Amino acid sequence: MSEFELESHAPKGPLQDRWKQHKFNCRVVSPANRKKYTVIVVGTGLAGASAAASLGEMGYKVKTFCFQDSPRRAHSIAAQGGINAAKNYQNDGDSVWRLFYDTIKGGDFRARESNVFRLAELSTSIIDQAVAQGVPFAREYSGYLANRSFGGAQVSRTFYARGQTGQQLLLGAYQAMSRQVACGTIEHRSRCEMQDLIMDGDRAIGIITRDLVTGELESHLADCVVLCTGGYSNAFFLSTNAKGCNASAIWRAHKQGALFANPCFTQIHPTCIPQHGELQSKLTLMSESLRNDGRVWAPKNKADCDKRPEDIPEQDRDYFLERMYPSFGNLVPRDIASRAVKLICDEGRGVGFEIDGKKLGVYLDFADAIKTQGLDTVREKYGNLFHMYQRITAENPYQTPMRIYPAVHYTMGGLWVDYNLMTTVDGLFAGGEANFSDHGANRLGASALMQGLADGYFILPTTVSDYLARRKPVKAENYQSQVDAAMQASKTRISALMNAPEPSVTPDDFHRQLGQILWHACGMAREKESLLTAVEKIRMLRDEFWKKVKITGEAEQLNQTLERAGRVADFFELAELMCLDALEREESCGCHAREEHLTDDGEAKRNDMDYSYVAAWQYSGEVSKPTLYREYLHFDFVRPSIRNYQ
Amino acid sequence: MIFKLNIWRQAGPNAQGFFEAHEVDASEDSSFLEMMDALNEQLILDGQDPVAFDFDCREGICGSCNLVINGTPHGKQKATTTCQQYMRDYKDEEALWIEPWRATAFPVIKDLIVDRTAFDRIIQSGGYIPIRTGSACEANTLPVEKDVADAAFDAATCIGCGACVAVCPNASATLFVAAKVAHLSTLPQGQLDKKRPAKMLKAMEDEGFGSCSNYRECERVCPKEIKVSTITTMNRLLYKANKSA
Repeated sequence: MSEFELESHAPKGPLQDRWKQHKFNCRVVSPANRKKYTVIVVGTGLAGASAAASLGEMGYKVKTFCFQDSPRRAHSIAAQGGINAAKNYQNDGDSVWRLFYDTIKGGDFRARESNVFRLAELSTSIIDQAVAQGVPFAREYSGYLANRSFGGAQVSRTFYARGQTGQQLLLGAYQAMSRQVACGTIEHRSRCEMQDLIMDGDRAIGIITRDLVTGELESHLADCVVLCTGGYSNAFFLSTNAKGCNASAIWRAHKQGALFANPCFTQIHPTCIPQHGELQSKLTLMSESLRNDGRVWAPKNKADCDKRPEDIPEQDRDYFLERMYPSFGNLVPRDIASRAVKLICDEGRGVGFEIDGKKLGVYLDFADAIKTQGLDTVREKYGNLFHMYQRITAENPYQTPMRIYPAVHYTMGGLWVDYNLMTTVDGLFAGGEANFSDHGANRLGASALMQGLADGYFILPTTVSDYLARRKPVKAENYQSQVDAAMQASKTRISALMNAPEPSVTPDDFHRQLGQILWHACGMAREKESLLTAVEKIRMLRDEFWKKVKITGEAEQLNQTLERAGRVADFFELAELMCLDALEREESCGCHAREEHLTDDGEAKRNDMDYSYVAAWQYSGEVSKPTLYREYLHFDFVRPSIRNYQ
Repeated sequence: MIFKLNIWRQAGPNAQGFFEAHEVDASEDSSFLEMMDALNEQLILDGQDPVAFDFDCREGICGSCNLVINGTPHGKQKATTTCQQYMRDYKDEEALWIEPWRATAFPVIKDLIVDRTAFDRIIQSGGYIPIRTGSACEANTLPVEKDVADAAFDAATCIGCGACVAVCPNASATLFVAAKVAHLSTLPQGQLDKKRPAKMLKAMEDEGFGSCSNYRECERVCPKEIKVSTITTMNRLLYKANKSA
């Protein structure tokens, strides 16, 4: 691994002209030559499906892969609340500049100005594209598009399709991709998981995959590889992510030389259904949009915590978000809301189930909304969410307030990418949640869908073309030895998993233990000593994993236990890096709350003098000894201020 | 509490399947799939092959999970996917019979996992609006009446799980096709492709799904409550297209 300077390739000049100018500077491949180039896209959620569809339409030969049984099932589908766009349809003073500013401030000034501005700029085209595809966004009686408000913004710019915005946008991208499959430009493989990159020196030229039905390992060569494989929240075991979400593709890429940026930036979403049992396999999010009409409260007195909420009189309720943050109230950004909820529960004023001796939950109450707006309006807005809540908890939120508690939800960190979304590995791009690029230390609600689609529909098609235009198409016959090496590495790894010397513990069991360590040390609050202990514990548990992991069945067949073990093995390594990154960042910013660096009121104390940078980690050949590179952030258009939502 | 299970086991597409009896200890607050997880943990520790089943989001939206529980696709709770079924609703059941979706067009891959890629191919045959990236007009230049948009949304909530096929005596995918047609072809931006219903229905037949003979069982088990009125909508569009051609 070589020493290098991190070059973001962010253009200079007026912010509003940068993307336009950059697009013009990008080279293009002539239509007749495009079919000579193969692009691999791994992961077919919003970013992957939209990138694949767009690249296919342009005429490239695209190969797509997903581990699910259909691209339509990627976890983008679960995004509920909406997608931001600076359309200013509400005439409430919104603009590209305001969306840019809200996003960069929401991220606590830990993202690149150029990238965030481009995101805000592209937001409007995404809505146009989605509507043209038939995405049934909510509309007003006039027939024009409706908007709602979301956390961290004082304008109403969120487009939505009831509580299923992610589903509808994903189906739009999936359908666009399906059209290209029918046209023959995309060759898609479902139930197929990337095992490793095929490298030619420092350049990515393909991937090794495992067919999850037959267990067969296959090689696929390409002119470049695009990873849109999502985030790594599942390192915590319990998260709001789908069970299959994993970090394996980006982690294997990391071990082949791609730097991993800000791994400790993980978003804890304030409104999730609290954990209720030992066997629990995942946590369920309740959309942030609920905070538009729901009021968050906890009992003022500990003695009331065991009472039924309807028996606690108004004067004994503490609407703590409204009290602590009067100007944003219940709509403060996610990191702030989560920490406030934790604070209340740590004081012993939580409600609901007890986990590790503490009641972990506060109320999200719709009584006022139902009174003022009527039951039908509330049902129209949130019906599916209320239904979901009732199914899981057996409580009726129309009658009794919901209980909520924060849960791991999204990872701002990811593979380091430059302005072109290319990683530090030549020919390897990363889009969507898999990269680190736009959300800094905290993502605002309704921005994930925006970023995934900006990357996929608009950025990657331009920058991938620019990359390909500089190269001659790869000739498969020249790379047999590289393919063999990558294939052998994958085989060795699977064999090590299948043949642990003392097989006695299931992969899920290990995963739960790892999740516990991470949640306590690298969750909502972080502190030096507990992080150091966590690193030690993770190392020990990882050694034990490779000794004792138990997988039954064969590797050459459908084997879900083996799939899980492979993913857990990667989480074990990534988890350590998350803790090391959290240790290194001696400040609090966004989601990253170091207890040593909080004000007396529990607010984050950011340290711009020393930490205004992206921490990008290089694999050194030894997991426990990564090398840190710093990409310093420059703010020419906004002045980093203290985030104040009071 | 202890649940008695009879689970379909099948080593591969061409292997003979059979029911295998198990008992599992799970809290009544756990979800159905968490109960299945508990069984699999136990099987692995006993050195046996765990039961293969599909799942992913576990919040009822991805459409992966697909168990037939005591004869009903997805289980007894209406308008609810398998992953959102909770054991508290099954504590009085003497035994639970757990089977895969059964249809010629959904061959079993292993145990409870079936191959539903036929649905992808149906969508590829016309289940999209052919707009290129970047060529869309400004979104509000195309107003859509609210009730039209709402109806399209209701049809668009289909999660492609295949319960409609699993319950249909004809193993027909008409509700799946109709939901997509009713979503796309009623919106102004989707009306250009008059042949969409015909193309998608042909693809459905080519995949080996049966035809609709109005049993309406599909509507009963659909976890997203897609209405059979979408089939009426589709048939009307089909009729209109044929007439104008």
